[in-house]
Amino acid sequence: MSDLTETGLILNSALMIGFLLVTAAVLLSLWRLIVGPDKPDRILALDTLYVNTIALLVLLDIKLASSLYFEAALLIALFGFVGTVALAKFLTRGDIIE
Amino acid sequence: MTQLALIVLIPFIGALLPSWALTAGRLWSAWVTGGVVVSALALLVAPAWAVMQGETLLWQLDWLPALGLSLGFRLDGLALLFALMILVIGLLVILYARWYLAERDPMGRFYAYLLLFMGSMLGLVMSENLIQLLMFWELTSISSFLLISYWRQREDARRGARMALAITGGGGLALLGGILLLGEIVGSYDLSTVLAAREIIHAHPLYLPALVLILLGIFTKSAQFPFHFWLPHAMAAPTPVSAYLHSATMVKAGVFLLARLFPALSGSEAWTWLVAPTGMATLLIGAYTALFKHDLKGLLAYSTISHLGLITLLFGIGSPLAAVAGLFHIMNHATFKASLFMAAGIIDHEAGTRDMRRLAGLWRFMPQTGLLAMIAAAAMAGVPLLNGFLSKEMFFEKTVYMATFEESTWLLPVLATIAGALAVAYSLRFIHDVFFNGTPTDLPRTPHEPVRWMRVPVEILVVICIAVGIFPSLTFGPLLAVAAGATLQAPLPAYSLKVWHGFTPALGMSMLALSGGALIYAIRRPLFRWHERTLGQLDARWLYEVWERALLQGSRVLDHLIHRRSLQDMLAVLIIAAAAMLLLGFWGMPLTGSATLTPLDPVSAAAAFCLAVGALGTVVLHRQRWTALVMLSVVGLIIALAFVKFSAPDLALTQLAVEMVTIILLLLALHFLPAETPRESSLARKLRDLLLALLGGGLTTVLTWAVLTRPYDSISDWLLRNSVPGGGGSNVVNVILVDFRGFDTLGEITVLAIAAIGIYMMLRDLRLEAPRADAQGRPWSSDAHPLILATFSRLLLPLALMVAVFILLRGHHLPGGGFIAGLIIAVALVMQYLANGVLWTQTRLSGELHPLIGLGLLLATATGLGSWYFGAPFLTSAHGHWSVPILGEIELASAMLFDIGVMLVVIGITLVILIRLGRIGLMQRRAPISNSDPKP
Repeated sequence: MSDLTETGLILNSALMIGFLLVTAAVLLSLWRLIVGPDKPDRILALDTLYVNTIALLVLLDIKLASSLYFEAALLIALFGFVGTVALAKFLTRGDIIE
Repeated sequence: MTQLALIVLIPFIGALLPSWALTAGRLWSAWVTGGVVVSALALLVAPAWAVMQGETLLWQLDWLPALGLSLGFRLDGLALLFALMILVIGLLVILYARWYLAERDPMGRFYAYLLLFMGSMLGLVMSENLIQLLMFWELTSISSFLLISYWRQREDARRGARMALAITGGGGLALLGGILLLGEIVGSYDLSTVLAAREIIHAHPLYLPALVLILLGIFTKSAQFPFHFWLPHAMAAPTPVSAYLHSATMVKAGVFLLARLFPALSGSEAWTWLVAPTGMATLLIGAYTALFKHDLKGLLAYSTISHLGLITLLFGIGSPLAAVAGLFHIMNHATFKASLFMAAGIIDHEAGTRDMRRLAGLWRFMPQTGLLAMIAAAAMAGVPLLNGFLSKEMFFEKTVYMATFEESTWLLPVLATIAGALAVAYSLRFIHDVFFNGTPTDLPRTPHEPVRWMRVPVEILVVICIAVGIFPSLTFGPLLAVAAGATLQAPLPAYSLKVWHGFTPALGMSMLALSGGALIYAIRRPLFRWHERTLGQLDARWLYEVWERALLQGSRVLDHLIHRRSLQDMLAVLIIAAAAMLLLGFWGMPLTGSATLTPLDPVSAAAAFCLAVGALGTVVLHRQRWTALVMLSVVGLIIALAFVKFSAPDLALTQLAVEMVTIILLLLALHFLPAETPRESSLARKLRDLLLALLGGGLTTVLTWAVLTRPYDSISDWLLRNSVPGGGGSNVVNVILVDFRGFDTLGEITVLAIAAIGIYMMLRDLRLEAPRADAQGRPWSSDAHPLILATFSRLLLPLALMVAVFILLRGHHLPGGGFIAGLIIAVALVMQYLANGVLWTQTRLSGELHPLIGLGLLLATATGLGSWYFGAPFLTSAHGHWSVPILGEIELASAMLFDIGVMLVVIGITLVILIRLGRIGLMQRRAPISNSDPKP
């Protein structure tokens, strides 16, 4: 971001705010994860953490003007879902592969 | 001369066929096995012709040139002699075994092992590189172990196999040492170089240790005294195996090596004094013991030991003529002893016993077999006009020559004559006790002639015995000449293969031995009684058993000292040792180096905070296992982010995929474990562990800090520079995995595959009681596969597959690759199991999952081997550009195939392990349901 044009300035500010908010969201999900109180709360907190991480990765790629980490975000989206399902299934049925 | 490699390779490949051919019938299995051998023989014809003209054929391929390792085959006279023996007798044994094996014996396994052995033995005799020779040497030990224990339900077979493996394996270890020393002395492991380096070897101070170690290998393999006792116990093998391995071929591997290294090692005092007395002792002890064995095969086994001793003695004498006699006797012994073993097998097969105290008068029942056995036994005894006579007379002649040459060796002809007489006596016993000597009493079966085809191999061998005995120079003569030339690596000495040499001392010794043998046999009864009282009490086996027990006991004591059977205790020792080494090694060095630190940004700080909280949470909540697992997921996720932060996208992707598989794995395991970990540790123990944790963690932090604050050069620059020109890919991580260090990857996926198959087998029959309610006592939800979840997850599969293909294809240039793609596919499939159930998914996946593992390994290996076809070293990658419609310009490397192999292995193992684990409880719960409500 060497040329401080108007768009650059807006993008930079948006990124700053974005990072700030997403980081706050990460910390809040962590808080929910720790205090619970129930197991489904924790699953939801973890799932939210996954989503927030995706946001972080995308923000990072925008900042670096690259697309190197989009795949990582894609995989988190894919795996996060499977993980959430597995954890939830464990709570309802105990046996996740039956 | 690629043919040479093919000749060795054919039996190995062919070993896959007999079991498969068995589906078409037992006869087919034998035909196919025979066909494999015939094709190897056919390939040998042209090279053999060249060798008979005096050429030495070589074929070499660089393997690990930096370590002096090359794959090389050599066909000279000596190798040809052995290769012919292995293939021809092997063919006869295959024919014989077809009729020998009973219906209930698994024939495919037998032939597969036999071919495995044949390939190993061929590789051994045709090796040009000494290390490679040793490899095949060990393979013969292993295949011999498998063949001896073929009837694995029998205790004596298992014990005999173990003993043979322990003795020959131990000898192999000594041989390895000897060969390494020899290679060190000469500076090369190539046989051609070693054979030409006689002066260097003899002048070197390491000559004696190398010689002793190599001889240990030779003596154990060829059953020389005092290591001879494994051979009689190996007779628990099926008789075709005894005929093939333990008389004609494998036990000759020792004397083969004696002949092979003869030009390089022989001719010193040490050689003569180590080899000749061993041979003489073995010759006498073998012949003496053979006389007193009541078991037919036992007699033949000791007779084999004795003849091996004779051959060893001939090489030990060390003169070129003695070596020629030794080679000649190798050929003769193989023919008559193999036929004798086969005859013994026929007797056992048709009469039901091999005990000479029960057998008698079989002549009336099986005159043809009797005649064949008689001729072969006469050859063994050294009766004129048979091949055994010729080489034995050459042997007698050498001993007389030695005696006239040197006064002190007058004992040699005397002992040789005694051994000859003993051989005559046991040969007489073999014939007289079995075929005459009254009428049989209480035989398990009424004896009769065997099937025609079972006798044919014996007939062929006996005809050879007679033909060689009468026309030696027309039959074995030319082959012996080239073999002797190759053994000596020098012009041949003058010798003549004739039946009649005139009245020589050797002839006198032969006659003396024949009449002396008859005399010994005549007075056998008092001799037997005397033997029972005295020497019969001795058995070398107890020595071995004492040694084996001591070894086991010692290992147990050592194991008890080192192994504390507690993971915590072992870890404590490990951490303390590591900490002590760190403190000792780095004490007094400045902590912080000169490198400038990267500034800290708030996002990273927050992530680090999450990481710390996650880790702490896992520890604090570790008793609640499920919650701890969730905390652990946070740690895994943040570590993936850390990899992103430090520009390692490949690692991030891998970490994410592994993380997911781990969660599923742990959840599967948690289902069968209590929900909470009970409190077991005492306070003192907790304090100790806390201290250890602080010590370990603190030191790791300090060390990491110290390393990261110092500037350092790594090899990554080289890799970055060479990735595109060398591997054709700009993703360095992937290029390293599939190209630069492709061999490591191949090893790793192989280990992984072996582990997965082990897990598969161990979990196969495991059934565990699954809890019927959760930890709080609530019953499980009745809806196993909610509709919405099932429908959504089905949509996920094609998307995930597309992502996987994308990740795989781009892997060579951008973050991705086969490993990650494999995990993605595996997770997507596991998701189907999870959401739709095992039954639903299994019916839609055609076939089993574990063949995927084998397929992947084969593909990866084939890619590696493929580069040989183009004359490049193993696993060399080729790459090129192609322009494809729609997709545009793509670069494909052969490493891509390798990567697909990796992917298949990963999919296979992940699914096999996870699904197997998931089904432990399934069977149990399904069973009662399927009784009342059968499902499709």
